[in-house]
Amino acid sequence: MTAEVTGLAPELAGAKEGQGSKPLTSASERFTSYDVEAFEVPSGREENWRFTPQRRLRGLHQTTTFDAAPTVSVTETAGVTVEIVARDDSRIGEGGVPADRVAAAAWSAFTTATLVTLDGSPDPVTVRVTGPGEGVVAAGHLQIRTTPNAQATVVVEHSGSGTLADNLEVVVADGSTLHLVVTEEWADDAVHAGAHHICVGRDATLRGVAVQLGGDLVRIVSTVDYRGPGGDAELLGLGYADAKQHLEQRLLVDHGFPNCTSNVLYKNALQGDGAHTVWIGDVLIRAAAENTETFEFNRNLVLTTGARADSVPNLEIETGEIVSAGHASATGRFDDEQLFYLQSRGIPEDAARRLVVRGFFGEILSKITLPELRERLEAAIEAELAVTGV
Amino acid sequence: MSTLEIKDLHVSIAVDGGTKEILTGVDLTIRAGETHAIMGPNGSGKSTLAYAIAGHPKYEVTSGSITLASDDGGRVDVLSMTVDERARAGLFLAMQYPVEVPGVSTANFLRSAATAVRGEAPKLRTWVKEVKGAMSDLDIDPAFVDRNVNEGFSGGEKKRQEVLQLALLRPKFAVLDETDSGLDVDALRVVSEGVNRYRAGGETGVLLITHYTRILQHITPDRVHVFAGGKVVESGGPELADELERSGYERFTKVEAAVG
Repeated sequence: MTAEVTGLAPELAGAKEGQGSKPLTSASERFTSYDVEAFEVPSGREENWRFTPQRRLRGLHQTTTFDAAPTVSVTETAGVTVEIVARDDSRIGEGGVPADRVAAAAWSAFTTATLVTLDGSPDPVTVRVTGPGEGVVAAGHLQIRTTPNAQATVVVEHSGSGTLADNLEVVVADGSTLHLVVTEEWADDAVHAGAHHICVGRDATLRGVAVQLGGDLVRIVSTVDYRGPGGDAELLGLGYADAKQHLEQRLLVDHGFPNCTSNVLYKNALQGDGAHTVWIGDVLIRAAAENTETFEFNRNLVLTTGARADSVPNLEIETGEIVSAGHASATGRFDDEQLFYLQSRGIPEDAARRLVVRGFFGEILSKITLPELRERLEAAIEAELAVTGV
Repeated sequence: MSTLEIKDLHVSIAVDGGTKEILTGVDLTIRAGETHAIMGPNGSGKSTLAYAIAGHPKYEVTSGSITLASDDGGRVDVLSMTVDERARAGLFLAMQYPVEVPGVSTANFLRSAATAVRGEAPKLRTWVKEVKGAMSDLDIDPAFVDRNVNEGFSGGEKKRQEVLQLALLRPKFAVLDETDSGLDVDALRVVSEGVNRYRAGGETGVLLITHYTRILQHITPDRVHVFAGGKVVESGGPELADELERSGYERFTKVEAAVG
């Protein structure tokens, strides 16, 4: 399923159109390759690029060369193995294959990858990815993998400055459970285009939370691929876009095996002029994926004028033998009437706004089981609220 | 004991290409312990009066005053206060169309409001009991505390929530804007009993805005005012409501047209 595609095989000519001027009509036709040259430089009109402001990508969509790699540090505890491996390590690529040019460029460029293996029931692990610094463009590669039946919690924190294109492979082995929190807590200048390749083994469970707070532009393309029956993926997301900030999440959940479930809930809050969030949620249920149970939901809360939330849920079903499949998207405005109502009960304006935002994100934050992390993110959200000054 | 004084109140709203005056000089004084009913035809400006007292930004007060006076001689200029300051000063508006606030649970909302109005967070144990008791008084299912504020509530459920807030926030003056509309007979009785419990202490004032007299069967007003053309055109005792019940608003709307 993950056989490498180098260059462009003739039978994929049609698929490549999805990267060219014609939009993809089906997620199942999505073109993937480890090779950057297999992708054309996007013009910005392609379906998978049309929401991303290319001028702010600092050339990531064109480049094949990078100045540096991000700094990666991992807290090592019993049951956790951290390796720096060369690109020819046999485990590299197990998570998935790049589906756009930036991910393929990062893949083609990295020299060594950080590989974190979780065995048994280790204590929670934190992986810190630090940007290369202002004005520097980096390519990175990280793989997180569990051994069969492991129970682990990993937090991947992104912070710092600069421009980063990278791939994050997540290999959830058969029967294992991985709680994974990935945060984007960048400095204001940072640009991050990342691809998450998540594969969920037989009877394995992934509990994922993606948090987008910082950075000038963050675009994360995530693919969840089941590798056997009985897999379960919960994918939660929380984003808070400020003035001029572009936060993008593109998700494909690819159900190719029977008896798997996926549950997707992404919530974004937006405030300030030019704040922009993009959520694309594709769920594909292939013919083999009988008894699939899936639901995906995107909710956006627009706190001020001048902000824009794009939301495109897609559901593609190739078999009728499923348990349930649903998708929904709702963008609401914290409007003057709600503010008036809360204020008319004595609640001051700033407290009213806080009440609404806290309530909105509470559902996601309550799923973060690490108290220190949850408190830090709550504090970060409070800080975002203070920025508005409205 | 305090008094709510409204003097020569003029209020406009923005319309295409300008403003339109809705209230054309309202005079009204309500003392603590009194219940005043404002009755009038649709479009006479009753709800505008309610919103202007609460401070809704859509309604611009062009002249006149609203004052909260206390027995010790203190006078508070309501119009200079923000919406939340008015609520904390003891004013309450039970809305005709309560607003849905997604993402905020009723429990969280009620506690935040009580904390703001009382100046300190109510002690958790007594608070939970207080809320449960007040909900039970209004026949509200306890499960509603976990639901988002007014989200997906029926019209009647929303009105009960308004009266629940009235019970918990215990304002000095409550404006009830068509709280009776959309209620069936049983709900009207429950809601009216809630308002009567609030009135029972004799230290609170009520301004009851309604189109129909049926709520006045349950809540007896001390004064009845007829509202037409954006102001009070006639005031009297409860018997005035009986006359309106018999002969309708025609007499007043005709007067207004003649004055026009």
